[in-house]
Amino acid sequence: MSDQTVRAPQTVARTPRARSADEQAYLEVSDLHVHFPTQDGVVKAVQGLSYSLPLGRTLAIVGESGSGKSVSSMAVMGLHDRKSTKITGSIKVGGKEIVGMSERAMMSFRGADAAMIFQDPQSSLHPYFTIGDQIMESYRSHNRTSKKAAKERAIEMLDRVGIPNPKRRVDQYPHEFSGGMRQRAMIAMALVNDPKLLIADEPTTALDVTVQAQILDLIADLQRDFGSAVVFITHDLGVVAEIADDILVMYAGNAVEHGPVDKILGSPLHPYTWGLLESIPAVSGTPGPLHPIPGSPPSLLAMPSGCSFNPRCEFRERVKDDLCRTLRPDLIARTADTGRASRCHLHDPDRVFEAEVLPRLP
Amino acid sequence: MTDATAAKSGVRKVEGAPLLELDDVKMHFRIKGDGILALGNKWVQAVDGVSLTLQPGETLGLVGESGCGKSTTARLITRLLEPTGGQIRFQGVDIAHMNERQLRPYRREIQLIFQDPYSSLNPRHTVGTIVGTALRTHDMVPKSGELKRVQELLEMVGLNPEHYNRYPHEFSGGQRQRIGIARALAARPKVIVADEPVSALDVSIQAQVMNLLENLRKELGIAFVFIAHDLGVVRHFCDRVAVMYLGRVVEEGPRDELYEKPNHPYTQALLSAVPDIGVVRGVPPKNRIRLVGDVPSPVDPPSGCRFRTRCWKAEEICATQDPALLEHTEKLHTACHFAAPPTESIVAETV
Repeated sequence: MSDQTVRAPQTVARTPRARSADEQAYLEVSDLHVHFPTQDGVVKAVQGLSYSLPLGRTLAIVGESGSGKSVSSMAVMGLHDRKSTKITGSIKVGGKEIVGMSERAMMSFRGADAAMIFQDPQSSLHPYFTIGDQIMESYRSHNRTSKKAAKERAIEMLDRVGIPNPKRRVDQYPHEFSGGMRQRAMIAMALVNDPKLLIADEPTTALDVTVQAQILDLIADLQRDFGSAVVFITHDLGVVAEIADDILVMYAGNAVEHGPVDKILGSPLHPYTWGLLESIPAVSGTPGPLHPIPGSPPSLLAMPSGCSFNPRCEFRERVKDDLCRTLRPDLIARTADTGRASRCHLHDPDRVFEAEVLPRLP
Repeated sequence: MTDATAAKSGVRKVEGAPLLELDDVKMHFRIKGDGILALGNKWVQAVDGVSLTLQPGETLGLVGESGCGKSTTARLITRLLEPTGGQIRFQGVDIAHMNERQLRPYRREIQLIFQDPYSSLNPRHTVGTIVGTALRTHDMVPKSGELKRVQELLEMVGLNPEHYNRYPHEFSGGQRQRIGIARALAARPKVIVADEPVSALDVSIQAQVMNLLENLRKELGIAFVFIAHDLGVVRHFCDRVAVMYLGRVVEEGPRDELYEKPNHPYTQALLSAVPDIGVVRGVPPKNRIRLVGDVPSPVDPPSGCRFRTRCWKAEEICATQDPALLEHTEKLHTACHFAAPPTESIVAETV
């Protein structure tokens, strides 16, 4: 047994970095709307989303299916069909405006400035081409180099993402790779042009937990080296706690809460975030009962008036004048915390959380 | 069960036997090789010598990574597959090689809940038909009482009983999973095998279904074999947990012992790999064990202990001798030559 295959257990601990005030945003999304007109009406998948992300930071976007987390990120990459999608608002990546960019400009933007990793590495790799061919194609479409140089680059990238024996692996086909290895190859392909923005859409959801841990380590490690901005889309709050600096919680096409990871998971201010935390059975501590959010998310064709979460919110009655049902709350900064905002009418959410929600967390 | 009802239902019983018992169960699938006359044939050892017991009303969790054989085990218990070796005893009677006709009464006693609420319901049948078919197949109620019983079952799983004439597409994912649960309950089973029943659902819906299953278990006293890859979900639901790796059970025991002081290196690695939100709530970060590489192929598993290729404790003996599943500490059965509790905290301490 060689030393390469088995390593002694190692302790990995990380602390989220604090946001400094002078960091310039690399990705800036403001008032983004993504609508899909259909026969049944307009599906309002994203409605007025705004956030910004500087280089070197990881933003986790969390939310359930249909919350708009993937749709908004695909808009950043310009991946929506222009004919069937209506996108308004602004998305700026490194100063370039993405909304309304020509397909030609988009081609040179994608891959070079921003890259994306998808959930299912099985279906995102072409089965007919070798792993090396696919990485080389990505590299050569942005750099004028010989095939030989591109192949060397591909081998270097495979080595960088921890694929053993990259010289042999580069000529293999996707089916010869395991799930975790394929995801590593995807990451190598995404990073081959050294993009400043990496969007990872549920990159570990299809993987087993021990392999997931390897991939999370790899992404965090690469980000430290390349200093890129990372948008990490996931529904797993445990993963978020491990990898993110900031969290954006989305519900029904909009951000309901945004802020540093320790604040959002430690003392969240929005009832939806409370509901999520109360729904997750923990692997440690004393097992307690779960308190799921009643009902299910609203249809994107017929949104409730007022706050989109109000039909499922148990704190709705606390707000005077039935505001929750009539007026949509704004995403406003809360307390003195830097960069922390929530979209809720409750006037004392921190007290409600301490007194009522915290004691019953599982 | 009295002798009279036993005769009527056709289910035999051996006094004093556990409700369900797997004894060295093996399931080897053949894959076609290149050679002539089956010379190149290989066998996928999906399940290779699994022994488990389940007492009435108990919940047993099966955890492990993909390819470890947990779903195959579910299909063996429900006898959707016939094992290539070993015994599956229900109340002491071996059902492993029964034919379809002999099995009929046992099918009623052991029901299955599937993972995917979309593909496990016939889109052309109404909910009433789906649940009613289960009632009719097993002669649960007279024809006249069928609708009433269907409505009772729908109500029991938290659906509107008036919706019996709707089709599956009119329900959300969580509601469909409830329909699947109602169908399983229709036969009044003693055992329900739930194969990843909540993993296709969103977090908030998942918690709703978990609470439903828990209430049903308490009210009806049904024993569960609960299969999931989510260790938090299993911990929440199960009394006992068995950890599988490459077709074998590597560790088995009461939930708290297994989660707090696991003796098997794989269980330790698995538990420590789970991302825990406790970290941001001031819980001290746990000691991470990072496994290197992937699970080996079940066609050609490693000799001796199957985990040795990824294990940091592996020595000569692991390659030559297959470790037996033995009791090491406090009812915890572990298959490892170097079984020992973790040296450092791998799971965050209780807050």
